Amino acid sequence: MSATPLLTVEGISKSFRGLRAVYQASLTVPQGSIVSLIGPNGAGKTTCFNMIAGVFAPDEGKITFDGRSLTGLRPDQICHAGIGRTFQIVKPFKELTALENVLVGALHKEASTRQARKKAEAVLDQLGMLDKRNQPAAQLTLPERKRLEVARALATEPKLLLLDEVMAGLRPTETDQMVAVFRELNAKHGMTILLIEHVMRAVMALSQQVVVLHHGEVIARGEPENVVRDPAVLECYLGEEAAV
Amino acid sequence: MISRLIDGVPKRALILLGLLFAALLVAPLVVSGYTLSVLILVLYFAYTGQAWNVMMGFAGQLSLGHSLYVGVAAYTAAALYVHFGIGPWAGVWLAILISMACGLVIGFLAFRFGIGGVYFALLTIAFSEFTRVGFDHFTWVNGSGGFFLPVAQYSVNDPLNLRGSPVMFYYILLAITALAFVFCRWLLTGRIGYYWLAIREEPEAAQTLGINIFRYKMIAVAISSGMTALSGVFFAFYYNNLFPEQIFSMNRSIELILGPIIGGIGSLFGPILGAFVLTALADGLNEFMVHFGYEMPGVKLVFYGLCLLAVIMWLPNGIWPPLRKKLGLGERL
Repeated sequence: MSATPLLTVEGISKSFRGLRAVYQASLTVPQGSIVSLIGPNGAGKTTCFNMIAGVFAPDEGKITFDGRSLTGLRPDQICHAGIGRTFQIVKPFKELTALENVLVGALHKEASTRQARKKAEAVLDQLGMLDKRNQPAAQLTLPERKRLEVARALATEPKLLLLDEVMAGLRPTETDQMVAVFRELNAKHGMTILLIEHVMRAVMALSQQVVVLHHGEVIARGEPENVVRDPAVLECYLGEEAAV
Repeated sequence: MISRLIDGVPKRALILLGLLFAALLVAPLVVSGYTLSVLILVLYFAYTGQAWNVMMGFAGQLSLGHSLYVGVAAYTAAALYVHFGIGPWAGVWLAILISMACGLVIGFLAFRFGIGGVYFALLTIAFSEFTRVGFDHFTWVNGSGGFFLPVAQYSVNDPLNLRGSPVMFYYILLAITALAFVFCRWLLTGRIGYYWLAIREEPEAAQTLGINIFRYKMIAVAISSGMTALSGVFFAFYYNNLFPEQIFSMNRSIELILGPIIGGIGSLFGPILGAFVLTALADGLNEFMVHFGYEMPGVKLVFYGLCLLAVIMWLPNGIWPPLRKKLGLGERL
């Protein structure tokens, strides 16, 4: 990769009461690229994400974004730095409508609620959810809530989007729609994306680079076609899935 | 700025609000002295419930110690008046500041260290309780013996010193309640309001969207305690006597929040409707019983209990939200 790295993670580790969740993981996300973080359940993917997003600080290691250190910042400060994220277990503002959910995110950059409302409508439209704008988030289906997560994060106009399993539970056609949305974001708006994903259909279609995490350690990285042929990866991850 | 107050509010909602306000404006001209005193209580609970609702209904922070803010403000304004001759309209500012300071201290301790939910509620109870004990021994305001404002028959209303007839108190309280309603609507339709709702619904997600949740919770506490201070000042000058055992008691805190709970937590009109239902009906029931020769001093509390029970069983969001839906009055009133 020749492009300058937007996000650099160097040797981060995290243990929870002696349980080693992530050990010396490193990865780089070049500006304008789409990188996938894959691995079996419990590999430490979400823990990695949480460290980047500021939910908790790494025990050791460094996280640099856009030329500045992110280590030890709170989630709201990470958002100000230019990183948007979604949650694996969706966290919609249930009593608010879909539009209001996105509006809260849009207020991050917009000065008034009126402007934020316009931006929120545009983002919902981009994700094909404009017709749901006045529905309370509590009444949305799971795929819709996943899209709402993405819309809310996008509304903050991030430079880097962290997507935590936004395809899980979607039907293949819905997955393809999501893939198309991220492709367009990446191609048209130059959005850099780091995603955790189990759905290989999406991973193969989207990513320029794949990083494989197993037992908290990075065991492989590279272009998707090469990674899926890596024997270590096949054994720990794809092999298991294929056996099911 | 101003147009957002009525953006998205159906016309009929505005008309109904206008009619209600007009009815309340002419009420003192037609009702008896007793009914007026009940209406004053209704407005008192409506306003204070609105203030509490800012913290619980909007920002999702449960306070069970709002009597602290009422009491501290009441004592501040009363002491300034009695000891230094400073009138309530000047004293109210210091009362607001001191109430806010109390709220901010509690908020800082809780939010800085991530105390939320039930534990936050316990903290608010603890603070109002030990303030009560403190005031029991605070001789400057006569401790547990009670603090009294000079009372005389006033032939002329003296609004500058809040001395005068119930009608004057009624109109002042009506103005404050109406302003608070507009103010809360303004808050709720702006950045602060959306941020509060986000924090109430999902604090973690809110933070991810760049919201400094500590700061916005602190703002909620400051506004809520500052608004509640006005209730305290009003209380002091309307009742003219303050006892720590009464004003700081937990019963008072509970009484204040029954209105918004029954009316609808988080809604704008819920606290007002709740205050009407509880106070007016409970006192009406009392009168009714007396009229037919039954003296039952506890009937009001039984009524409160039954109301709560009914609301929890059948209308867990309060009376107002389903009602406003039925009347087609929009979602955010």
